[in-house]
Amino acid sequence: MDIVWYLVLSAFIFCIGAAGVLTRRSPLVILICLELMLNAGNLALAAFARMTGTHDGQVFALIVMIVAAAEVVIGLGLIVAMYRNRMPMDVDEMSELRG
Amino acid sequence: MEVVVFWLAALLAVAGAAGVVLQRNPFYSVLSLVVHLIALALLFLLLHAEFLAAAQVIVYAGAVMVLYVFVVAYVGGLEDPLIEPNRSVRVLAPVFALALLVELSVAIIGSGLKAIDSEGAELSAGFGSPSAIGEMFLTKFLVAFEVVSILLLIAAVGAVVLARREPAEDVR
Repeated sequence: MDIVWYLVLSAFIFCIGAAGVLTRRSPLVILICLELMLNAGNLALAAFARMTGTHDGQVFALIVMIVAAAEVVIGLGLIVAMYRNRMPMDVDEMSELRG
Repeated sequence: MEVVVFWLAALLAVAGAAGVVLQRNPFYSVLSLVVHLIALALLFLLLHAEFLAAAQVIVYAGAVMVLYVFVVAYVGGLEDPLIEPNRSVRVLAPVFALALLVELSVAIIGSGLKAIDSEGAELSAGFGSPSAIGEMFLTKFLVAFEVVSILLLIAAVGAVVLARREPAEDVR
């Protein structure tokens, strides 16, 4: 398969994830949609690593994976803390920091 | 053979991604994401990124998804309305996503990279193997490797602090 097909697929998945982040309201689902976007980036990085024949892209994708894991841990910790404090599970209602 | 596997995995990945966005119950969203991640691991295998595919299945589809399932079970199946109540957001969000797709497609198709329309460069033996990746981590990307390990430590400590119960005031 040509590399361009992988890139088109990655763009498609990224846009599905972006649409999810924009439309969904539950913070949990927004985190999952962020995962989709990060994974689309990983696919593009792996495709470019294949294109150039070097490992740099793959190493970069692994680092993105680790950063995503850290992001998930903190995000889910925040969601659990929100649930404990009886806060609404809706990003539109959490506007206390709005100026 | 490769073409068939590619289209199968691509279809699975897009179906999983669509499932994540379109399911009302977050639990089903998480399960769709697992399907999506495994399809992506297949695509990584096609790109000769064997170690990346293994890490994807073990770290993502294994560890991270277990975390998600636990939190969904803890918080409860909160079904949020799929149809956005705010009318302007409901109309504008898909338009923004579509515009982003068009923009990215134009960038990819109009790209000056000639190698993009090929199968990729000639590969050396052992491309994408754990030993090759590990060597890169310990030589060229040593600083990134160390920084990312500190980041993981900070995230682990932060999660413990965030999810901890408030200690009772009268305990001394």
